[in-house]
Amino acid sequence: MPISVSIPTLLRPLTQDQKRIEVEGATVRELIERMDNQYPGIKQRLLDGGEMHRFVNVYVNDDDIRFVDNLGTVLKDGDNVTILPAVAGG
Amino acid sequence: MQLPPLVDPTATLGKEEISRYSRHLLIPDVGLDGQRRLKSARVLVIGAGGLGSPTLLYLAAAGVGTLGIIDFDVVDESNLQRQVIHKVSTVGQRKVESAAAAIRELNPYVNLELHTDRLEAEMAVQLFSQYDLILDGTDNFATRYLVNDACVLAGKPYVWGSIFRFEGQVSVFWEDAPRGAGLNYRDLYPEPPPPELAPSCSEGGVLGILCASIGSIMATEAVKLITGIGEPLLGRLMVYDALDMTYRQIALRRAPDRRPITELSDYQAFCGLNRPLGVQESDIPSISAVELKALRERGAHHEVIDVRERTEWDIVHIDGARHMPKSSSIATEIEACFGKDTPLILHCKSGLRSKAVLLDLQRLGFSDVRNLEGGILAWIRDVDATLPSY
Repeated sequence: MPISVSIPTLLRPLTQDQKRIEVEGATVRELIERMDNQYPGIKQRLLDGGEMHRFVNVYVNDDDIRFVDNLGTVLKDGDNVTILPAVAGG
Repeated sequence: MQLPPLVDPTATLGKEEISRYSRHLLIPDVGLDGQRRLKSARVLVIGAGGLGSPTLLYLAAAGVGTLGIIDFDVVDESNLQRQVIHKVSTVGQRKVESAAAAIRELNPYVNLELHTDRLEAEMAVQLFSQYDLILDGTDNFATRYLVNDACVLAGKPYVWGSIFRFEGQVSVFWEDAPRGAGLNYRDLYPEPPPPELAPSCSEGGVLGILCASIGSIMATEAVKLITGIGEPLLGRLMVYDALDMTYRQIALRRAPDRRPITELSDYQAFCGLNRPLGVQESDIPSISAVELKALRERGAHHEVIDVRERTEWDIVHIDGARHMPKSSSIATEIEACFGKDTPLILHCKSGLRSKAVLLDLQRLGFSDVRNLEGGILAWIRDVDATLPSY
């Protein structure tokens, strides 16, 4: 059951410049593990000691996982996951 | 959620101003009352750069009565691709002076307050207290967290915008918003990324027009807040993608573990800027551009490795350098090419990225690696001024 993941500009060097990738996973944590198998290095950019970095947000459809169940947030077929890191350019 | 107007309509409009602003006055939602609110408003724009340029021009044209501008930088040729308030004739001038000149040409009814200092924690709250609304178009995390916290302490709303390459984000933050709707930037991102994961537009690039896309939303939000019309972006994050040409809205909520902001702190330290890569500066062997030139002229055995991105290499590179972009496998690649004992000189644009690579090489036992101080910018400045800069 693939989940569509939207990859931010900053992480695209790790996904061979793909803006969207399809990954399977029952929870956000599992999704990140599987993404890292396919695209090594991505987990380190998202997680810090088993929790999300505090400068990266993850949305399942429109829901910020911090307000659902963090990395335990359950995914279902057809969900869209968006990774949104903080940027400061001006 | 609609908010009451931020500013009372105390100022009155003269005959010329009524003419000038007539297209606003004809909109029932703005009208004479709204235009008088704009004239009575005091708005501070932080940074007269990419985002500051279009917002300042539009706020001035819209008739905001008092515009404060704070920026310590000077206009550089590389700014003109996107910072449309500046001109060829103002390259080298202070950005606030250059912006002020453009605004005076555009609308002499705007009262300007120019601040040429860098925004510092010592003065931020006091400065913000003098304004009704703040616009943040700065280019680094340390200043952004300072602006956020100082706005919270001064009780001021602020319009926040941020850009990178083809994407931008905009929102309105206001801790003291009516009816418990208060939010601040830390609710969105509680902490900044470490400096090595926070590339700037000066390294990663930005589509010039993106500044207008995001700046126009920022100026629109400012006018809405001042006049109390429409639904402000408070509680929503707007995410714009120029390549997909999409605007996406994400609902913002108070962070579950938010802590009250009661004082300003050391934002350089908060953003990891006081501890570059966790080592003492003196532990990093380095070479100046002038010394490198002498070394090359002596014909001493060495290799220059440029760790920047391909696009940067294409803009300018040092003759004879080897291009090996920074990656997770760069140390292995360097070892495969040169072994661990070849004298190596690493460089990037200004010295930070190459320093990180150097530390990796040192850990792996490379015996003779030095960092080019100030990167290729120093080489261009001190050795070969015929090369283009960026």
